[in-house]
Amino acid sequence: MKWNPLPRLACPDVVRLDGDVPVLIGSRCRHCGEIYFPASKGCTRCCATEMESHPIGSEGTLWSWTIQGFQPKAPYNGGESEQDFEPYGVGYVEMPGGVKVESRLTIADPERLVIGMPLTLTLLPYRKVAGEEPVFTYAFAPVEPDADVAPTA
Amino acid sequence: MDNDVAIIGIGLHPFGRTDALSGQQQGAHAVREALKDAGIEWSGVGVAYGGSQDAGNADALGNLLGLTGIPFVNVANGCATGGSALASVIASIQAGVAEIGVAVGFDKHPRGAFNPRPRDWGLEDWYGETGMMLTTQFFALKTRRYMHEHDITEDALVCVAQRAFRNGALTPHAWRRRELGYDEIAQSMPVNLPLRKYMFCNPAEGGAALVLCSAKHARKYTDRPVIVKAAVMRTRHHGSFEVFNPGLAAAQAPAPTVTASRAAFEQAGVGPKDIDVIQLQDTDSGSELIHIAENGFCEHGEQEHLLRSGETAIDGRLPINTDGGCLANGEPVGASGLRQVIEICTQLRGEAGARQVPGKPRLGYTHVYGAPGVSAVTILQAG
Repeated sequence: MKWNPLPRLACPDVVRLDGDVPVLIGSRCRHCGEIYFPASKGCTRCCATEMESHPIGSEGTLWSWTIQGFQPKAPYNGGESEQDFEPYGVGYVEMPGGVKVESRLTIADPERLVIGMPLTLTLLPYRKVAGEEPVFTYAFAPVEPDADVAPTA
Repeated sequence: MDNDVAIIGIGLHPFGRTDALSGQQQGAHAVREALKDAGIEWSGVGVAYGGSQDAGNADALGNLLGLTGIPFVNVANGCATGGSALASVIASIQAGVAEIGVAVGFDKHPRGAFNPRPRDWGLEDWYGETGMMLTTQFFALKTRRYMHEHDITEDALVCVAQRAFRNGALTPHAWRRRELGYDEIAQSMPVNLPLRKYMFCNPAEGGAALVLCSAKHARKYTDRPVIVKAAVMRTRHHGSFEVFNPGLAAAQAPAPTVTASRAAFEQAGVGPKDIDVIQLQDTDSGSELIHIAENGFCEHGEQEHLLRSGETAIDGRLPINTDGGCLANGEPVGASGLRQVIEICTQLRGEAGARQVPGKPRLGYTHVYGAPGVSAVTILQAG
């Protein structure tokens, strides 16, 4: 899918476009090289404070996962009614540099979620309220979704 | 040791739901019970530390107990509030600030999961808004990864909960006193898979208090003192996998539980094999499972066998959460760590009734863990 221009995001600072492809942005410590997602203002590894923006990438593998089975209280603002709430997947995704990114997943089917599966970054309209522009967040999707199975979240 | 500090009084306001009493009233009740147990008056207490997460300041208990002018310090350390209050009272007594000190924790949480504000934790609003800032999610994500790395099945998660409710049924003051069958737990509602409804504790209400003094004076007050051999609190390290982390470092570091546990064993001069009765943070089945190994009581991956073979039962080699832990008692955050200490004191005094660990336990262990990566451990010895 092409994402140019970017839709309205809950987290505009952590996503950047590389052409039409969204990429996660973190930071890197100028002193020891440690990489952070999301961007950090200080290095918790070596205690230095000089950090630079650093791309985290858009492809990774599933490192751990769960399914959010109940509707969270505020500050969650998905906006749906309790009856309309659909469980959604959440995972940590291991990125090429080794950093694990906590992320919404586009699927919430325990049969399809396997640690180690390849995932790709996408954007997910997590807040859909009538009469409002939808709000997106970053999310990871299976690289080759089964053609015959519709995403559940 | 000359500088040892002893617990001479324990007091609890039973955990659960007590609509008629505020959290502070439940805290004051616990203090009065602990004073009665020690046989002293509030006016004899020289220093106090305490706290709650959602029920206000501990020093407001002075309005209920009496305004005696003592230093009463408010502690706000999340799940480690009780452990931090205890460590602080011990340090005060050792430093000669007072002869007798009180540590108190209490709480009263709204029903349902906690809903923290991202900015209080140094995080951006989107982390909460997009539905990722939930403690239950973290416990599930850490458990799922741990099960994957150490080849543990969901059976182990059921075993933890089953034992907790079995012990809770034996504990007169427990909140959940009904034994649950294997299938009832294994098929309960998925909350955050692999964790289900009966594998999670609930935020609750309650109070817990301890009266302490120098061990050399303890026999003036009680013939059943419990010596605090270690009380250690630690925070997370760079790279450890903790609650409320939108990202994890490439290289993993041990949890604060591991460093707190090692420091406590070193301070006490004993090892995991010497411990007779154990309290581990069991916010959920997965957490307890992981904490058995993080505290040094087995190797990673051995838990499933220990749980299945009954080794963690009251009459087993490693009796864990003999009062049903957080699963059967609920979790009033400020009080929970001190509830653990009280259960161990009860066991070491031989007063645990139907849930008493056989063979006169001499050494006990408590461990509490919470957001955003804090851990507190005590090692307690029958005096």
